[in-house]
Amino acid sequence: MKTSRILIALLCAAPAAFAQKLQLSGDAVKIGLLTDMNGVYSAISGPGALKSAEMAADDFMKANKDFAGKVSVIAVDHQNKADIATNKANEMFERQEIDLITDNVNSATALAIASVTQQRNKLFINTGAGTSQLTNENCNHNTFHYAYDNYMLANGTGTAVTKQGGKTWYMIYPNYAFGQNLERQMRAAVEKAGGKIVAPSDATPFPNTDFSTFILKAQSLKPQIFGTMQAGADLVNVVKQYNEFGLKKQGIGLAIGLLFESDVAALGQDAYEGATATVPWFWNLDKKATDWTRRFEKEVGHKPSFDQAAVYSAVTTYLDAVKRAKTDDPEKVIAALEGHGFNDFFAHNATIRKEDHRVILDVYQVKVKPKKDAKEEGDYYTKINTTSAKDAFTPLSESKCKMATTASR
Amino acid sequence: MNWQLVLIQVFNGLVNGAFYALLSLGLAVIFGMLGIVNFAHGALYMLGAFIAYAIGERFGIGFWPALIVAPIAVGIIGVVLERLLLRRLYDVPAAYNLLLTFGLTLLIQDGVRVIYGISGQPYAGPAQLGGATNLGFTYFPTYRLFVIGVSILLCGTTWFIIERTRVGAVVRACTENPTVTRAFGIDVSLWVTAVFGFGALLAGIAGVMAAPIYSVDPLMGADLIVTTFAVVVIGGLGSILGSVMTGFMVGVLVAIGSAVYPPIANTLIFILMALVLLLRPSGLFGLAEAR
Repeated sequence: MKTSRILIALLCAAPAAFAQKLQLSGDAVKIGLLTDMNGVYSAISGPGALKSAEMAADDFMKANKDFAGKVSVIAVDHQNKADIATNKANEMFERQEIDLITDNVNSATALAIASVTQQRNKLFINTGAGTSQLTNENCNHNTFHYAYDNYMLANGTGTAVTKQGGKTWYMIYPNYAFGQNLERQMRAAVEKAGGKIVAPSDATPFPNTDFSTFILKAQSLKPQIFGTMQAGADLVNVVKQYNEFGLKKQGIGLAIGLLFESDVAALGQDAYEGATATVPWFWNLDKKATDWTRRFEKEVGHKPSFDQAAVYSAVTTYLDAVKRAKTDDPEKVIAALEGHGFNDFFAHNATIRKEDHRVILDVYQVKVKPKKDAKEEGDYYTKINTTSAKDAFTPLSESKCKMATTASR
Repeated sequence: MNWQLVLIQVFNGLVNGAFYALLSLGLAVIFGMLGIVNFAHGALYMLGAFIAYAIGERFGIGFWPALIVAPIAVGIIGVVLERLLLRRLYDVPAAYNLLLTFGLTLLIQDGVRVIYGISGQPYAGPAQLGGATNLGFTYFPTYRLFVIGVSILLCGTTWFIIERTRVGAVVRACTENPTVTRAFGIDVSLWVTAVFGFGALLAGIAGVMAAPIYSVDPLMGADLIVTTFAVVVIGGLGSILGSVMTGFMVGVLVAIGSAVYPPIANTLIFILMALVLLLRPSGLFGLAEAR
């Protein structure tokens, strides 16, 4: 036993000691997107995210002509079902020898993939799911959380809106894990910033089409801010009815928990005018972001969602770590990722926290601008505030993550 | 909870009920005559909304013309489906029809998704009905009152035609005894097609009217069809009056439920369905013998 361990240690150390040569499993770095390719979230992830990952791989190879290996990218559909995600993740790691699973929208599938990744000691960088559990209760050695999470959304929007004068709040949330989690954190942020919750938040059925009950309740409560934690089609319904009942005209502002570009497109930006949300990125944030967006647009035909941009950044960050580690061995790549600080067109002032594998970065509070102020199709947001990386995410002191070390696994 | 809030919720419920009623009315008419459980009804409703959106987008056709054009288009699609596909399955057990219409639902949904994508599309309601109307106890969006009105009018007319006119008599005769009806020189198969087309048309109208207030996306019908089936079961399969009354009743019940205790609102429908099935299997308004 002892000798074999020494032997393994020697074998592992040998390549590094003798030749600083790239060591790849199967001679290639294989990246797999496991995400919603056809369903409700495919507009924000799906085929656009695949293109984005391919662009990242191409750019990496062009920039690193001396990189001795190949990089391949595939995409697999998890159909938003946790059991399918588990099966597919196993298959990808086992049969297709995937080194990294990334993207993934949907919190339930994220937790499933994180668990498989840990069992197989591979790598998972989640960009599309919001649940803060990935870097808290359910954190693990092999999983990283990129782009955004519920804490960042709630904390950012709740704090910024309250500080800018929206002192009284009434909120509604969809009655499942994502919504409950988001509401709890938003409420905490509002109260911490000196705001007041005027009535207990209401849980709405999920999915749901008719929110008029709650809109009318808001109308009679007259808070300064009506907060909605709904996402996707539910959010579109809420905003449609918020306008229909004329809440904005009655001086009741709108704060949105999770807002994607496609939600704005679904109603037209005038319906959202003045609404506040927090995003990790938007396409015309700065020149670098816009330049990248023009390339993406040319390939895909529409503007990227922040998840699609995050996938490019995550893939690049991963490949960069492989280059620095000179191997795709998960242990060494994880070591190269941990504590790494970087900047790219997506992530500003980013650091990969070693303690909980949260990738922290600057995030932005945005207000939706009216259509007449838009310079082109998709010009939705005005930046109203920047929350710095260190303030945007769960402080480590509050993190519930107990990261198992390699030794104890 | 004060009476004012209850009244507001009743009106809210009537709006939802208006959609349930229109959809379940179509289902009931089709089931009553053809014995088909038309699972594709939700997809036809969604098509109504999307056709309105598409002709607005391409040709600048507004809400009012769309309210005529889109339902007729959906009705024609219904006629084509009946002639080409459903017709072939009348002699086999009902499960085959269910499978066929379920498959059609998937095809229609995915077809729309391929063209327009999965996320919602914007659709503006008519400007004339943009404001709010004073009901004495609250200001209520005028468009929603319009929806309630149109639904009651359509349901009432349909009931009247089927129960009180000669056309209705023929339709009922085709249902009761096709063989004898044929012997009177009436082309039963033509009437069957017409009825299916009419059911589809009602779904189309509901779809267009839903477009300004609900999210216009490929799955909008899938979300609604389950509730609608529950309404039909509660009302009594094939009972026209039952479907309409139950549609409005369920709408109001859910609205009041969601004001009292939101988490239970959608479950209420199914609790009611279970109770009705236990105590009165043929439905609240159904015939004594369950079909």
